Amino acid sequence: MPGSGHVDAPSPVREGDFLREIVAATEGDSRLGCCIQCGTCGGSCPSAADMDHTPRMLFAMIRAGLRDEVLRSSTPWMCVSCYFCAVRCPQEVHIPDVMYAVKAIATRDGVMPDSTAPDFSRTFVANIHRYGRSFEVGLAAKHYLRHYPLRLPGMAPMGIAMVTKGRMGFTPHRIRGVAGLRAILARAEELERVGAGREVSA
Amino acid sequence: MTATFLYYPGCSMDGSAKAYASSLEVVCRVLGIDLEEIDDWNCCGASEYFSLSQAKAHALIGRNLALAEQQRNGSSTLVAPCSLCYVNLAKTEHYMRTDRAVASSVNAALEAGGLAYTPGAVKVRHLFEVVVEEIGLDAVHSAVTRPLSGLKVAPYLGCLVTRPDYEGRWASKEHPVAFDRLLASLGAEVVDFPPRTDCCGGHMTQIGPSTGFELIRRLVDAADRLGADMLVTLCPMCQMNVDAYQGEMNRHFHTHHHMPILFFTQLMGLAFGAEAHALGIGSEVVSARHALERIGIEVPVVEPPPDAAGRPPARPKREKKPQGLPMPAMPEDAEVVR
Repeated sequence: MPGSGHVDAPSPVREGDFLREIVAATEGDSRLGCCIQCGTCGGSCPSAADMDHTPRMLFAMIRAGLRDEVLRSSTPWMCVSCYFCAVRCPQEVHIPDVMYAVKAIATRDGVMPDSTAPDFSRTFVANIHRYGRSFEVGLAAKHYLRHYPLRLPGMAPMGIAMVTKGRMGFTPHRIRGVAGLRAILARAEELERVGAGREVSA
Repeated sequence: MTATFLYYPGCSMDGSAKAYASSLEVVCRVLGIDLEEIDDWNCCGASEYFSLSQAKAHALIGRNLALAEQQRNGSSTLVAPCSLCYVNLAKTEHYMRTDRAVASSVNAALEAGGLAYTPGAVKVRHLFEVVVEEIGLDAVHSAVTRPLSGLKVAPYLGCLVTRPDYEGRWASKEHPVAFDRLLASLGAEVVDFPPRTDCCGGHMTQIGPSTGFELIRRLVDAADRLGADMLVTLCPMCQMNVDAYQGEMNRHFHTHHHMPILFFTQLMGLAFGAEAHALGIGSEVVSARHALERIGIEVPVVEPPPDAAGRPPARPKREKKPQGLPMPAMPEDAEVVR
């Protein structure tokens, strides 16, 4: 049963509520409601084999209101944003944007699939908040040590080559306006929370 | 004549894609392109920030657009050499222009940092588009002093230049030939490369390695089968994945591919007569030395050569035994064995 065991959670009562939530969280016109379940998206997807559900299946689940299953699915986290599905979709559903919306809701609600992807996103973003720029070495080191320590010996030759060829900077670059950037991001977060509150109460 | 553009380099130009940056400098000097870097730009968030919060991701990118707008002089075209940076800048610009809610929330956030962006103020373009559309293939062709005759290249455009294509400027989103034409104008032999806009795996090498390796394998395998000497790219992410992870991919599939991948600006620099070293050639993990030496281009040694004989570390392909221990194999391999 969808959502069983989560009886206290504010789960949508009517079918379509979750669809509306996703549509509202996607910028522009997502056209998700127009999906005809043809499966062109999954057939075009280079990482579909690694997904818990194909995109088509995920969209059916969104319509069926399977909120918890959708948010726990690895599908949006395995999306590589290559936009093959987006340009092939006969209904012009903005599929990668829908995937981003599902991930953002899952992040906000703290519902995570069993994947290293959310953590990779978080580490990446933490570096931006700290420096204003991405920090390739710090990101890779932290991510591999935490999630793929067994890959490290095999990656050593590549790592050494990258260092000796001067392609890895060991000092992150901090932008001058990092305080301003943090203020901008804090304001955006505030506005998002207020906006989300308005949607729920509406 | 100098063409001036606003320039958003992106984080990797100063790290893993230094060769792209140094070769771009050479190309700009020859073609008279003046790239004016946006002062104190920040990271575009890659494909990661949108996963956590769309509002914050737009605000993050909005700061760059606002800084670009401030800095506009003469040109309002904002050029990004990285496909991911390009698509992110284009995405926020597009949504701010077409969705009033996005525009007002981004500007409300930017206000906290004393900034503002007027939707439509800048035009976001990929470096490659600027070279092809604003500079033109004729100008490129007439700057060639050392045609790359005899060099067989596979044009690997990657996903994000022609997709999603927010402004609908690309007639073919899956098989565009503009990149082929640019490389042909340098005198190189361009193979017809069907996976030209396929995905390099993006962040999959970090979060789902087996998927990432398979996507890399498809690219280098196709290039190998077509007899290409190297892949040519226009994106730091594609270069990093195919170059730095090719060794791990080979171990994963028990293959022995040796397929170098260079930036298109490196090949342009070579065709314009620049020295390999000034173009960052030699900094790739999968060495392009062998392929370039065959057409008479010297590549200086910047580190110990791959082996004593100076050959690239490609081992000859082993014959597959029909019997033996079960090894991972792709369906087409199984057919060959039978």
